[in-house]
Amino acid sequence: MQEEEILGKAYDGKLMKRIIRYLKPYRWYVALGIFLSILVSALEAVRPWFTKHAVDVDIASHDPDGLLGTALLFFAVLVVRGLIQYGSAYLTQWVGQHTIFDLRMQLFTHLQKLGIRFFDRNPIGRLITRVTNDIEVLNDMFSSGIVMVFSDVFTIIGILYFMLTMNWKLALASLSVLPLLFYGTFLFRKKAREAYREVRVQIARINTFMQEHITGMLVDQIFNRERKSYQKFTSINAGHRDANIRSIFYYSLFYPGVELIGAIAVGLIIWYAGVDAMGGSITVGTVMAFLQFNEMFWRPIRDLSEKYNIMQTAMASSERVFTLLDNRTFTEDPVGAVSVGVPTGDIEFRDIWFAYNKEDWVLKNVSFTIRPGKTVAIVGHTGAGKTTIINLLMRFYEFQKGSILVDGTDIRRMRQKDLRRHIALVLQDVFLFSGDIRSNISLGNDAIPDDRIRAAARVVGAHRFIEALPGGYDAVVKERGATLSVGQKQLISFARALALSPRILILDEATSSVDTETELLIQKAILKLLHGRTSIVIAHRLSTIQRADKIIVMHKGEIREMGSHQELLEMKGIYHKLYRLQYKNQAEPAALGPSA
Amino acid sequence: MKSLLYLLPYLKKYRRTLVWGLATVVGSNLFTVLQPKLVGNAIDDLKAGLESGNVDTGSLLTYAGLIVALTLIAGFFTFLTRQTIIVMSRHVEFDLRNDFLSRIQRLSLSFYQNTPTGDLMAHATNDISSVRNVLGPGIMYPSDTLMTFSMSLSMMLWLDWRLTLLALVPMPLVSYAVYRLGRLIHKKFEQRQEQYSVLTARAQENLSGIRIVKAYVREEHEIERFGGVSRDYLHKNLVLARIQSVMWPMMFLLVGMSLVITVYFGGMRVLQGQITIGTLTAFFGYLMLLIWPMIAFGWVTNILQQGAASMARLIKILNTEPDISDGPSTDPTLTDISGEIEFRNVTFTHKNASAPALSGVTLKVDRGMTLAVVGYTGSGKSTFANLIPRLYDATGGTVLIDGRDIRTIPLDTLRGSIGYVQQETFLFSDTLGENISYGTDDGTKEHIREAAEISQITRDIGDFPAGFGTMLGERGITLSGGQKQRTSIARAVMRNPKILILDDALSAVDTYTEEEILRRLRTVMRDRTSIIISHRISTVKDADLIIVLDAGKIAERGTHEELIARCGIYADLHEKQLLEEELDSL
Repeated sequence: MQEEEILGKAYDGKLMKRIIRYLKPYRWYVALGIFLSILVSALEAVRPWFTKHAVDVDIASHDPDGLLGTALLFFAVLVVRGLIQYGSAYLTQWVGQHTIFDLRMQLFTHLQKLGIRFFDRNPIGRLITRVTNDIEVLNDMFSSGIVMVFSDVFTIIGILYFMLTMNWKLALASLSVLPLLFYGTFLFRKKAREAYREVRVQIARINTFMQEHITGMLVDQIFNRERKSYQKFTSINAGHRDANIRSIFYYSLFYPGVELIGAIAVGLIIWYAGVDAMGGSITVGTVMAFLQFNEMFWRPIRDLSEKYNIMQTAMASSERVFTLLDNRTFTEDPVGAVSVGVPTGDIEFRDIWFAYNKEDWVLKNVSFTIRPGKTVAIVGHTGAGKTTIINLLMRFYEFQKGSILVDGTDIRRMRQKDLRRHIALVLQDVFLFSGDIRSNISLGNDAIPDDRIRAAARVVGAHRFIEALPGGYDAVVKERGATLSVGQKQLISFARALALSPRILILDEATSSVDTETELLIQKAILKLLHGRTSIVIAHRLSTIQRADKIIVMHKGEIREMGSHQELLEMKGIYHKLYRLQYKNQAEPAALGPSA
Repeated sequence: MKSLLYLLPYLKKYRRTLVWGLATVVGSNLFTVLQPKLVGNAIDDLKAGLESGNVDTGSLLTYAGLIVALTLIAGFFTFLTRQTIIVMSRHVEFDLRNDFLSRIQRLSLSFYQNTPTGDLMAHATNDISSVRNVLGPGIMYPSDTLMTFSMSLSMMLWLDWRLTLLALVPMPLVSYAVYRLGRLIHKKFEQRQEQYSVLTARAQENLSGIRIVKAYVREEHEIERFGGVSRDYLHKNLVLARIQSVMWPMMFLLVGMSLVITVYFGGMRVLQGQITIGTLTAFFGYLMLLIWPMIAFGWVTNILQQGAASMARLIKILNTEPDISDGPSTDPTLTDISGEIEFRNVTFTHKNASAPALSGVTLKVDRGMTLAVVGYTGSGKSTFANLIPRLYDATGGTVLIDGRDIRTIPLDTLRGSIGYVQQETFLFSDTLGENISYGTDDGTKEHIREAAEISQITRDIGDFPAGFGTMLGERGITLSGGQKQRTSIARAVMRNPKILILDDALSAVDTYTEEEILRRLRTVMRDRTSIIISHRISTVKDADLIIVLDAGKIAERGTHEELIARCGIYADLHEKQLLEEELDSL
């Protein structure tokens, strides 16, 4: 949370350059937007001229028709100005929205490319903030920041131009307060920023305290420290209040201060008009116009300084977004990758060493082979390295030593997609996407026709319950499959794997308990899944283990025993102990099941 | 909007400040509203001077000076307005946030199990701050607006009521436009926000399921799907932008129409000799004063709406009655307990749960005894422990301490006599020493050292950069699981408790250290009651009484030897543990 609150400078050339690059596809729209906003500024600046003309020309010469003409022209200008302002505002938003759409898609696409290692290290919440919130902040900059700055600057220039051409002496008189205004604003900005920084620090303190004491509320209660924590919080809270009150002080001074400077300018205009009246260049209309210019002058100046905050947050957000875009935690496919067809499913691990961190070996010298169509069960105690084996085969991680061969080809010489295309992975924790049953089986793969989806569901025994759902295969699946039972989710994930007709199947059996009927369904489905394809199963079911062609016993990152169920039991080694620890209790219910 | 009434008691405390604040609003407007008229008079003087060829510079200078002086006075009042009303809003925010914490401090475990921390954080920060907006800007701007509006309008009507009525024709339109557009924008904004949630949910889902996405090579499909949602979001944004873009140009146009009308009809009335040029100038000045109130109207509505919604959410929390607290049956004179615990046919069922987590538990633990509780995951061990410091209240049966119903003992006395080490250790980001002495008011260095010695955390102190002064947590060092457990044991021991509860508190400590800690605890706890929950047999084998919980019931009870001989769950756990040890040693 605190990382999010760091505010840097409001302008960073390098970042800005990179942000501007995203505007390139829309450069003509941007140009048009800027042009329109200049027009708006010009038409805004021309407004007091009408008052002057009405007073000095029409009224002075007693010309009612002229007055009507001036009023109508004034009205016409207002309408045109309104239309252009609308166009420019919408165009700016349009460009901003399209730009952030592009950036968001780029970021999302980039995230899809990043390796699992990256996701291990970065909390999902933070990544979501990048894709949503941080990019949203940039929109503020695109739509109200950049173009509005142009508009404000041009409005100021426009007003200055008209004032100086109308009566340069009067202009100088009224503008003489500008240094005062600039200095005042500068001083205010500085003080307000300091106060604001202090407020942010205090907010962070409140947040930290709250976060910690809500999470640890039970500790507070068990140790009956509520009063003490309350007192501590009160003082933090008071710090926050006082920081805010300090910052209010500057605002309380600033707004009346600006008014005062404005009033001084009005005074100067009136007084100097009198002084210069004899020179002959002063008219009543001119003075009236100047009074209006004076009003108009303040808004853009005040706005400009407000843009500062927008820019500051935008810079911080864009920096975070770009840092993520620059993250290269992924494996490039090799140049001249071996093209692979449908593999027969021959797998070999050859002297594999792997560590997630440096020399902390999780797998040590692991070697084994699986012949096409055969099933290997991997068993072992928690932390033995079972899951790592399948992670490596999927190429979710890069191993440090050794090689993994599929059909005799080193998987590092294949394109990752080609490798994964023929492997179906069923994870312990079934992940369902929101959508419908069909899309959860096909995962949106159009190459899988409807009848294959149904066939797959039928084979794994999911068809019956799917048909019973309201809408059948079109039944809505909520986020994470919230409305389905654990067993149902399992069966759907089996159907998902089967629909792919994979040559290689990787199954990390779920350990969660289901009712006996579902258990039997699942056991049957697993049999069907394994049939006729190379399979690696991280097994938790005795039935699965017993039917495997080979059992690999992992222990502390090494293969310690290998063989069939009976052979391993007779060895009275690790497997025997694991059997007694984990599988023995299953022996009775499993025996109830059909042995087919 | 009704929810905002809840704030009245808070405002009452600062009613004097508020009244003064409102008075300053009147003051600042009184002095502001005179200015356009003065400018008008100055213009008339100037005009007369120009026509007569004899400009009275002195009188113009007086006007100029008056204008500056009036602004200075008005500004002083404006300064005071912010210093009273806005400052007051910060005080109320302070009170409100304190009350919020004090309220949630009294809510029990079951509340926290059903309320995400994020929600409470949002209440404590965003909601309270939008309620603050109602009290600050939400009071200041409307009152200012009202004053400006009525005073300017009176001045204008006094100067020329016909021109006023004409010039103000577009003004109701301005307010109406703000109102209508505001509603439309609100609606479109809600739709946009909904799509934003969809977008967030999509990203969340994709990132959570990234392994499946990669394993099934569905990246392209996911990008396409996200693109669809993203594009929808873009369109909803553009719809919103189209309406929002109308807002300002329309406002300017409507306000501009007032100016046009004033230019023409005002000009005509000058031509007809009914008003002077100066009056016309004053009119322009008053119109300028009126623009802001018109705009603020729509803005303030927004602040009030948001504040009301936030307040409603806050009230829900502030009105939640704590389900565990001292009641009428509590005997406030009890300041100490001796530590005998008895469960009489105790049953506990979680809210909305179908099966009880604990049922028909009956047992007695004498002072000075050590009770051990074992059982598989989910057998009700922690629930059992939670009943003793009243983190839960039994839904059936009675828990007694020293032979009296636990609910008659003041919570402070009860909890003050218990040292509880939770399963999930929670330490504060403070120094190690502060964490250990957290539960006591008078923890001397000596005491801290003693507690640390008992829990065997002293051995690790050498690895910490600043000994007991080492910061833990985000801004300090990260302790290992075992170190955390030992620190929280020290924290519990430090309280010198009558009842010590260790809920699986040694799981990350190696068996040798565990042995050492237990040995020292036995000495300290000689005359006190200990309850040790564990699924490790080594931790519990020396207890005076061991109970085995299975599906919320006491399945077995006895000493280690008795239970081994029974060949039941305990014996099974024991065998498995031996196997695990053997596996580990291989």
